[in-house]
Amino acid sequence: MTPRKVTMRPSCAMVRAEHDTSMDQTSSTPITHQTESFAEGIELDCGTVLAPLEVAYRTYGTLNAARSNAVLICHALTGDQYVAEQHPVTGKPGWWGRLVGPGLPVDTDRFFVICCNVLGGCMGSTGPRSIRAGTGAPWGTDFPPVTLRDMVRAQSMLVSRLGIERLFAVVGGSMGGMQVLSWAATFPERVFAAVPIATASFHSAQNIAFNEVSRQAIFADPDWKGGRYWEEGRIPARGLAVARMMAHITYLSEEALTRKFGRKLRREPGAVQGTGPAEGAGLFGEMFEVESYLRHQGSSFVRRFDANSYLTVTRAMDYFDLAADHDGDLAAAFAGTRTRFCVVSFSSDWLFPTGQSRMVARALNRAAANVSFVEIDTDKGHDAFLLDEPDFDRTIRGFLQGCAEHAGLG
Amino acid sequence: MRLDQKLIAEMIEPGTRVLDIGSGDGSLIDYLFRTRNCDARGIELDMGEVTRSVAHGLPVMHGDADSDLAHYPDGAFDYVVLQRTLQAVEKPREVLRQMLRIGSSAIVSFPNFGHWQLRAQLLFRGRMPMTETWGRPWYETPNIHPCTIRDFFALCAEEGYAIRQWLAIDEKGDRAPWRRSMQLANLFGEQALFLLTKA
Repeated sequence: MTPRKVTMRPSCAMVRAEHDTSMDQTSSTPITHQTESFAEGIELDCGTVLAPLEVAYRTYGTLNAARSNAVLICHALTGDQYVAEQHPVTGKPGWWGRLVGPGLPVDTDRFFVICCNVLGGCMGSTGPRSIRAGTGAPWGTDFPPVTLRDMVRAQSMLVSRLGIERLFAVVGGSMGGMQVLSWAATFPERVFAAVPIATASFHSAQNIAFNEVSRQAIFADPDWKGGRYWEEGRIPARGLAVARMMAHITYLSEEALTRKFGRKLRREPGAVQGTGPAEGAGLFGEMFEVESYLRHQGSSFVRRFDANSYLTVTRAMDYFDLAADHDGDLAAAFAGTRTRFCVVSFSSDWLFPTGQSRMVARALNRAAANVSFVEIDTDKGHDAFLLDEPDFDRTIRGFLQGCAEHAGLG
Repeated sequence: MRLDQKLIAEMIEPGTRVLDIGSGDGSLIDYLFRTRNCDARGIELDMGEVTRSVAHGLPVMHGDADSDLAHYPDGAFDYVVLQRTLQAVEKPREVLRQMLRIGSSAIVSFPNFGHWQLRAQLLFRGRMPMTETWGRPWYETPNIHPCTIRDFFALCAEEGYAIRQWLAIDEKGDRAPWRRSMQLANLFGEQALFLLTKA
């Protein structure tokens, strides 16, 4: 007897697919994202009701008859829902394509994987670039502040709409890991297993400081135009690129930068958008490879990300402090939880260092939760969760396998 | 699974909550989950072992007996197990206290420093003993708090712990025939295994 399977594909009639169109910022090609619309909207932590609410998402694999094999992937600050397929704007493979897919640690032959664009994002979910009801113009800087918990509530509305009561697992790294913790604290009955990776229960002063420098870089761009840059057909590309370049350094480590670039030079001055040859060229018409790499990171980022979204989402991260919502006691956030946790950190991650993950693991111990805690030894820094780390892959695969056994998924 | 782990497993009631400190490759918690339906979890210091255990689907966290037990609530477990590790922790007495705070029973195994071979080596050679069980020279052994079976009885009396069960075991982990006499066990037992509760 094979169990009856309910197939959920983007075109499936069970899912009422509505569409949002957003623009590739450089070529102005409209891109259609798969979305669900919620006319009733969402009441945010700040008190504002945002209606209607659009949640853009992608799914992979098949939901089983018991609707018990769904895995929600939460993306990081600049990620999106295209977790395991070619990105419609950049043409690059899915950002977690090496972890999520058939036969991979998050096995889409076995699990029904959902990934949503976060509330406040710019890949189809309601965000600063969405048209504000009754005005015909984008929200821009008037978009209300959102919190990580607001993002999680929006995701939970989508999960319910897909007919899923309880998620088998919620998995995410960095800001995605914050969402995982927020899911486990906000909807403990709806999360069987939680995998917060390279994350923390609050955003540290150092990380808020980095985010603030990113935001100031955007504000300082003459094309920022007080946040209403689209009115003159401009984008603050230079500011956004600098923000991304700075942030990108924090995702790496000194060892990784040395190994990858060292002090190597290349003769390719100023070929990058937004930097004239005069600025690009070094003393002898050369530039360091690391400079060229960062400029490439910056320029490719502005093609896919909206500056106001960057502000909204970085602020949401900065506000995140799970213990503060429970009178300063992180263990209280998880009191009585039956969720199985796997906390993962990376030894060279200085943005979300192991100590912060250990703090989460210990709070879970205080709540008598079932918790695994692994620090993966790597020199690749914070970005390691997106890169080839065999121990990390084995950890995720094994943890989900063990949980599947406990959940009766076989 | 080692023979002494089988003896430990025999002390544990089915369906109980167990914390294994120094869970190594996780074979005891795996066995307790599969054959005794226990909610068994591990703490392990060696990150390679932690990763291997989690990759096998076992709930293990990186940590150590000295610093991580304090973070568990009172009575979180029915049994807290410490295998062949008591002699290597920084504060053995405090670790035992924590074990009996977070668990209603503690199961402790340790190599017996009172074994006759150790006594003889120290007496006749005047040097720190080296045996199969105590296999590392003094300057690099992790075993900073060696004790004898008799020492352990004394500590339990001092701390007011009730010894529910105890036995001497040989190096292979098999039961040794010295359970009638503590003196004989202390002389001939290579290792000891205790089941304690608060009195």
